[in-house]
Amino acid sequence: MLQVDDLRLGFVAGKKNLIAVDGISFAIARGETLALLGESGCGKSATALALLRLLPGAGRIFGGQVSLDGENLLQLSEAKMRQVRGGRMAMIFQEPATSLNPVLTVGRQIGEVLEQHLKLSGAAARERMLALLRQVGIADPERRLDEYPFQLSGGMKQRVMIAIALAGEPQLLIADEPTTALDVTVQAQILDLLAQLQAERGMGMLLITHDLGVVARMAQRIGVMYAGELVEVASREDFFSRPRHPYTQALFAALPDAAHRGQKLLTIPGLVPSLAAMPAGCRFADRCAQVMAQCRTQSPAWREVAPGHQLRCHWSGSAGGESALRHQLSEINGDAGKPCLEVSDLKVHFPIRKGVLQRTVGHVFAVDGISMAILPGRTLALVGESGCGKTTVGKALLQLVAPTAGSVRLGGGELVGLKGKRLRTVRRHLQMIFQDPFASLNPRLRVGEIIAEGMAALRLQTEAGARHSAIVALLKQVGLAEEAIERYPHEFSGGQRQRIAIARALAVQPEVLICDEPTSALDVSVQAQILNLLKALQAELGVAYLFITHNFAVVEYLAHDVAVMYLGRIVERGRAEEVLRRAQHPYTQALLSAVPTPRIDVISQAVRLAGETPSPANPPTGCHFHPRCPRAQAICRENYPPAQAISSTHAVNCHFPG
Amino acid sequence: MMPFQIVVLWSDVLVWLLFAAAIGFAVLVAHNPPLLSAWRRVGASRLGMASATILVAFIGIGLLDSLHFRQALDGKPGQKTQYAVEVLSLLDALASPLRLNNEKTYSAPFATRLYAKETIEVPGLGAVREYPRLKNAGKHLGEHEEELLADAAFTAWRAILLALLVWLALTAWLLQRRAAAVDASRRAKTSGDETEFAWSSVLLTLLLMLMVLTPLFALSGKYHVFGTDKVGQDVLYQVLKSVRTGLIIGLVTTLVLLPLAVGLGIVAGYFRGWVDDLIQYVYTVLNSIPGVLLIAASVLMMQVIIDTHPQWFATAAERADLRLLALCFILGMTSWTGLCRLLRGETLKLRELEYIQAAQAFGVSHGRIIVRHILPNLMHIVIISLVMDFSGLVLAEAVLSYVGIGVDPTMTSFGTMINNARMELGREPVVWWSLAAAFSAMFILVLAANLFADAVRDAFDPRVA
Amino acid sequence: MLAYILRRLLYALPILIGVNLITFALFFIVNTPDDMARMQLGVKRVTPEAIERWKSERGYDKPLFINAAASGLATVSKTIFFEKSARMFVGDFGRAEDGRDIAREIGQRMWPSLAIALPTFILGLFVSVCLALTLAFFRATVFDLWGVVLCVAMMSISGLFYIIGGQYLISKLWRLVPISGFGDGLDAWRFLILPVLIGVISGIGSSTRWYRTIFLEEVSKDYVRTARAKGLPETIVFFRHILRNALIPILTGVVVVIPLLFMGSLLTESFFGIPGLGSYTIDAINAQDFAVVRSMVFIGSVLYIVGLILTDISYTLVDPRIRFS
Repeated sequence: MLQVDDLRLGFVAGKKNLIAVDGISFAIARGETLALLGESGCGKSATALALLRLLPGAGRIFGGQVSLDGENLLQLSEAKMRQVRGGRMAMIFQEPATSLNPVLTVGRQIGEVLEQHLKLSGAAARERMLALLRQVGIADPERRLDEYPFQLSGGMKQRVMIAIALAGEPQLLIADEPTTALDVTVQAQILDLLAQLQAERGMGMLLITHDLGVVARMAQRIGVMYAGELVEVASREDFFSRPRHPYTQALFAALPDAAHRGQKLLTIPGLVPSLAAMPAGCRFADRCAQVMAQCRTQSPAWREVAPGHQLRCHWSGSAGGESALRHQLSEINGDAGKPCLEVSDLKVHFPIRKGVLQRTVGHVFAVDGISMAILPGRTLALVGESGCGKTTVGKALLQLVAPTAGSVRLGGGELVGLKGKRLRTVRRHLQMIFQDPFASLNPRLRVGEIIAEGMAALRLQTEAGARHSAIVALLKQVGLAEEAIERYPHEFSGGQRQRIAIARALAVQPEVLICDEPTSALDVSVQAQILNLLKALQAELGVAYLFITHNFAVVEYLAHDVAVMYLGRIVERGRAEEVLRRAQHPYTQALLSAVPTPRIDVISQAVRLAGETPSPANPPTGCHFHPRCPRAQAICRENYPPAQAISSTHAVNCHFPG
Repeated sequence: MMPFQIVVLWSDVLVWLLFAAAIGFAVLVAHNPPLLSAWRRVGASRLGMASATILVAFIGIGLLDSLHFRQALDGKPGQKTQYAVEVLSLLDALASPLRLNNEKTYSAPFATRLYAKETIEVPGLGAVREYPRLKNAGKHLGEHEEELLADAAFTAWRAILLALLVWLALTAWLLQRRAAAVDASRRAKTSGDETEFAWSSVLLTLLLMLMVLTPLFALSGKYHVFGTDKVGQDVLYQVLKSVRTGLIIGLVTTLVLLPLAVGLGIVAGYFRGWVDDLIQYVYTVLNSIPGVLLIAASVLMMQVIIDTHPQWFATAAERADLRLLALCFILGMTSWTGLCRLLRGETLKLRELEYIQAAQAFGVSHGRIIVRHILPNLMHIVIISLVMDFSGLVLAEAVLSYVGIGVDPTMTSFGTMINNARMELGREPVVWWSLAAAFSAMFILVLAANLFADAVRDAFDPRVA
Repeated sequence: MLAYILRRLLYALPILIGVNLITFALFFIVNTPDDMARMQLGVKRVTPEAIERWKSERGYDKPLFINAAASGLATVSKTIFFEKSARMFVGDFGRAEDGRDIAREIGQRMWPSLAIALPTFILGLFVSVCLALTLAFFRATVFDLWGVVLCVAMMSISGLFYIIGGQYLISKLWRLVPISGFGDGLDAWRFLILPVLIGVISGIGSSTRWYRTIFLEEVSKDYVRTARAKGLPETIVFFRHILRNALIPILTGVVVVIPLLFMGSLLTESFFGIPGLGSYTIDAINAQDFAVVRSMVFIGSVLYIVGLILTDISYTLVDPRIRFS
């Protein structure tokens, strides 16, 4: 149905044209899902926009053909093209929050598609809209039609986006990272919805994603993009069982999971080449494990290695030496003795003020009484979806947010309520790595100054020479060259910046390091590098981690202990094996089954959660989870369940565990 | 025994202080790659550099006009030297033909005769009413007044030719230097073609300026190129003198405004709580009084103070000078609120950023966080708003002087020039040159400042561009 | 909603008190009434008696805050602060130098001011938004580039030039409308048309440029891409999607000045001889009539605060996000 031939597009920068996508070809049949997989900056989103001729101002299509049912879209007049957009071909975007017009009602935004493409208006249009909203699983559609986007939750917005896309009855749906901005439980709902709608309508679908798990869940055929080229196209079975391209193989190997515990993750060295400096030969050559002499000079041709399995690579071996490339990591295990950080009944409540006199009318119960302990040299993973308060826990531990109640004891000393100099001396022992490597480094300071900041504030290594050599040692430890000292953060990539942030935290030799989603902004291959580094540092320095994350793969790979948070409270805790293999809380079970696994041999026994996380300002009575819980009984609505010990290390807050 | 005595007016001190600060800032920028790269982007903007060239010319005039002295009077040797009461600037000295060649009253540009008829005793004819010859313009023409056009054109052409030669020499020298620089950079393999300094537009502007200014000054020795005003003073000279007043209003005001806006804005945004409430209250109160009225009230009060304390001022120049500074002070006090609010908002955003939290996690003191982390990341807003404010202030001066709450009436400024000249529009035939000259000069200055501000904003603001 | 407006009103009170205190300090503490008397009387006529008479005629002979000579409530009420500043809250502004009641004068003069300022405001807003929309529509073209340069050039021209040039050209050379003055009733249009026109033109440069940046900011938002992906024509994208979102910042930036329209414009009114509040203020400044200037400062602040409250209300009307929360 859709046929893309040798599509070339790029961006105009000054007087130069930067080629972002260099001659890609693929086809999508009716009812088929093709997934375009790639890391950030490989040109997959630009490709999707180019199909609809929606490239931003500086974008240009330099050549190629895009034909839909034999009609070349690139040669259509703008007016004709408008009939295609939203009509025969529709698109949904990554950020549902910003992709809907904030000042128009939901009904209006769906209605304009009906009016434009089906010439429907009035009551007929309203009927159709209601039907569409029901199809995308929105309860109470009559009310929702007259609401504005800000009144909907994130998942509902994406459902509305899908309804808008479906309104023109498209033959082809382009979904650009449709679930990246959503929580795992909501992601599972949306993916289910998309799959079901596609089956019902027999639509073709182009799914753009970076997530191998989503690919495994959704795609029939997969195209892997690297640096503006399609490097491998294969059917779902071939792709997951026999990936051919070294890049695809490396992507799989870089994924953390339980099977690789205690091993170093395979990483892809180096960076994706920039648009301005594409290598002449194979674009992956510099980072390839199988690189040969001809790769440097000659760009590999697009060849078919098996029916329906195409490849752009000179190398024709198979993935063999994978395990040989891994190194065993030594792990500190066993009982490490007394906990170095103990948290008991920590609460952080933010007041909500309203009315004439700004009286406090309620509280946001961001963190509502959590207790945990971190042992030296071990990793405790704090897992939860967005809005559950896990980041606030990290900040409260560091006293960046004043806790409302509870205690945080570090090596026996109480942190809550400390002020001034005494707090500063304790801070040495507890540090943090932040989520966004671009916001966590001051762009106006040199790397050396950034790393030295903690030492200066805490009066460590006061002598200039000693401090310099300490910084050099730290940089070496996190895998950066000494020259970095004189350079500025913007000269580094995301992964390198995260290394700098780690060096900054380690500079004061903390015993506990709070890592707040340190890899969630990074590509898979870079994530693997950072995880390896964190693991190596733990082995070397014996530092304990509190790892705040929503990513179960990372938890499986890294954590010794796991605590699962829901709406400000910990609902289940225990050793990693216990929580991940024998989860007792229905929420943990649902979370685990919602995570799309990057394998096709696993048939997930779907435990799907209805709805989304309620607001922490107004948590449900009794067990916070009961409105979404399949096991909820009367007692769940009335009493918050006390902790039940499953084993000496495993505890769960549920009336009906199991 | 010096032939002159240096006089330092307060505004001179501030002007040179600003100049020194600008040089200091330039040195700072040169050692700070992120800032340098932003300024490089300004340098690459053609329109921005063209306007900067014009601004530099204006600033040059202003600086020349900010070195004051009193000339020694001819005294007998051995006696204690006496100095003239009149305070002159270096510009006055350079432009002394313009300053001294006064006529009796109005004369049009390039006129050889006055604009008003007078009764003159002509030998042999008795009292005749006619337009008398000017004392200082076109004297060399003698009786051949009709040759004025030819003479002026000849002088202008000679000057243009000279200008062209100077420009060619300059360009050749620059090209040679650049060729060497390009060679060096090619060897070092650093290609900075994206942010290449817009030499071509600077040179073009320079050519234009030379082509216009050289003939202008060449002619101004022989004629009143912009005419003369009511008391016969050369309008070109007044325009030149107005430049300094405009620059001081535009620049010194920012000196008052800056510490208030930056200090209070950051403190309010960073500490929040009651400090924030208090500062917000103060600026809302100030903001709620319409600007002109607050300025009017303050200036009226300042006038009362000045008028009731004549003993404070030694010379008229000193009084006018202090009044100018007081006006800058008042303008600064009434206009810091906008920038303050902007900086407060931005600080509120910044303080939630992770690198600030990282610093807080180390226990870095608040003062240090503000100086190291917040201030440098607000710098672009400060710079943008300073450059943007400048043109607004120059325009405001004219309006305020018209309303009667501007600079001292004895001080030459665009505002006083316009104010003095606008009444004459009612005359038949119309006296337009004074107004035209003041408006044009002001327009060029403000336009250059605005275009420069645009270039700065584009280079510093990550959103635009 | 009502509670919200009530809260805004309550918040306005301390601000007005602040304004009142500042003006009081400026007019009575920076300079004493004696200084003002000396200044008003001129050097030649200054005698202690003349000063006393000048002060008592105007009620400036009382103490500033506390009248120790009086008793009871009068200790506070028989003071300059109470009579001259605090009474402004109830609309008593006292008398001008010429003996006329300032409050009455203001009541009469604000209508001519409004007659000029309101059409200028509405027409100016309309023209600038249209121009800005056009520039944004042709963004990143030569047309846009030169449009912006033209805007910058127009805002670099002094407001005085627009007025003087306009008067000279239209009234004096072409003799289309009277050069200045003001008429009653329907006849007034002949006098209004030029000041309004000049007011509109002199504001076009800066406001067009400002609105253009607002439009451009909206153009780059994600929802615009969604609208295009629906296959909507560019005109609908602009008028239904972009304009509506851009109106929020534009309206809220503009609403605050609406009450201030009553104050008129200093320059326009004095050049065109319009008997409004603007020329009243200018005359007062030139005559150093402090009572009038003080009153205008107070009125101006009250109107500004009303504008702030209107802004808040208009926010809730335009932006559903605020209306429903």
